Amino acid sequence: MRLRWGGERLLSVLSPVLLLALWELAARTNAIDTRFFPAPSDIFAAAVTLIRTGELWDNLSITLVRLAVGFLLGAVPGIVIGLAMGLFSPVRAILQPLVDGTFPIPKIAILPLFILIFGLGEESKYAIIAVAVVYLVLINTQAGVRNIDRIYLDVGKNYHATRWMMFTDVALPGAAPLILAGLRLGMGVALLVIVAAEFVGARSGVGYQIWTSWQVFQVDRMFVYLLVTAVIGFGTAVVMTFLERVLLPWKQP
Amino acid sequence: MTSTAPVKVRIRGLRKRFSVKGRPIEALDGIDVDVEAGAFLCIVGPSGCGKTTLLRILAGLEEKTAGTIEVARDAAGKDARERPVNAMVFQEQSIFPWMTVRDNVAFGLKARGFSRRDRYAIVEPFIRRANLGGFEDALPHQLSGGMKQRVSITRAFANDPEMLLMDEPFAALDEQTKLILQAELLRIWEESRKTVLYVTHSIDEAIVLADRILVMTARPGRVKDVVDVASVFGRPRRVEAVKESAQYGELFGRVWGALREEVMGAQAAEAVS
Repeated sequence: MRLRWGGERLLSVLSPVLLLALWELAARTNAIDTRFFPAPSDIFAAAVTLIRTGELWDNLSITLVRLAVGFLLGAVPGIVIGLAMGLFSPVRAILQPLVDGTFPIPKIAILPLFILIFGLGEESKYAIIAVAVVYLVLINTQAGVRNIDRIYLDVGKNYHATRWMMFTDVALPGAAPLILAGLRLGMGVALLVIVAAEFVGARSGVGYQIWTSWQVFQVDRMFVYLLVTAVIGFGTAVVMTFLERVLLPWKQP
Repeated sequence: MTSTAPVKVRIRGLRKRFSVKGRPIEALDGIDVDVEAGAFLCIVGPSGCGKTTLLRILAGLEEKTAGTIEVARDAAGKDARERPVNAMVFQEQSIFPWMTVRDNVAFGLKARGFSRRDRYAIVEPFIRRANLGGFEDALPHQLSGGMKQRVSITRAFANDPEMLLMDEPFAALDEQTKLILQAELLRIWEESRKTVLYVTHSIDEAIVLADRILVMTARPGRVKDVVDVASVFGRPRRVEAVKESAQYGELFGRVWGALREEVMGAQAAEAVS
């Protein structure tokens, strides 16, 4: 069993390596069009140059700051409003139609409006990410609160827990798994939205670099920045998994 | 009744009507019962007879439709820290999965405003007596089903209520675990002698634990019979000794005799509807 598992792990490492080798070979023998698919070694060389000049880090940090600020601006109100909607039915009655009515709008469609309002600066990027994140976090948080097993509310009531304790000791931890699921979804959408927003509404950032690389036909640079987006996606997923492990020890198998 | 203990709970004409899809359902149809202070009362009845509803009304989780419940308080004050009237032990898994064993047991004390240091000090001996020592910092998912119910019961005892309400706490456990926990419950209860109302569908469990067994009718629930166990089996009581004795069979026959027609009736009614 262990041997087979080890074998599978080896296969999992080998498959990408093999693909890269094939790609390299195909590029060098001109079996594929290197204008569209430059050899991995060329992409690597381009990456080294971009790192050495500091350009890669500049763009990466700009995008990461936009992601972080926009994400927080969306996640914090999302949790607060979601909890309020889950706990208090009047709040739900007021806000539910607004949420239902505006949620279906593809968030990137609001970007022109935000550029109109906030200009081409950082604020429009923060705003579009925040809007993309707030819905998913809000909807999940509300569902988390409303799906708390009734028995826990009964226990709280029978033991005369105060309102505050019902919130801190029952509602919040009970909803935490779904809140974190909402944050994870929100992060995925935030990544999607920031790249798209930087395509058209920015003069810097990873998305902007991908777009201009296409416009000036520097495909190797484009591949480097595509790789960077993959690393950002992987990195945020690692952070979310870490958060879950720290905040939800009781959910670990 | 031979007992001379003062009445702890006096229930008179207790009714509960539910509305299911606009149709009224009588769950409890005039319950009259006195429970003496320090008595262990088991309530048995066919499924759906309202025995859990009775407990939930006493626990303040349901509103009664009519009738009176008088509880003789040990001490009446305005202090939130005073002993609570009751604590309920639920049938299903009811300990908070996000809290350690210690925090679960201390939940009621926290609600009453005890500081962390005080409540941890108070729950310590309760945890040890429930054989949960060493598991204070464990999370529920690390515990077996039997241990989870131990935590649930310990949570109720640690809050030192005047009265314990227990709703089939061992129903979901395997037979061996159930035997062990019944013995433990008796041991812990005999130290404190709190008034207990204990709902079960197991006649066997009722005989082993109870001073008196209240047999309920099929829905709508009424009191069908009250069987005295205390005059047959005294305290302290050993689970094995009870089961081995000849009187056990006699009592079982009496309770089952009262219950049998109700269960048959309930099943017939179910088949018709």
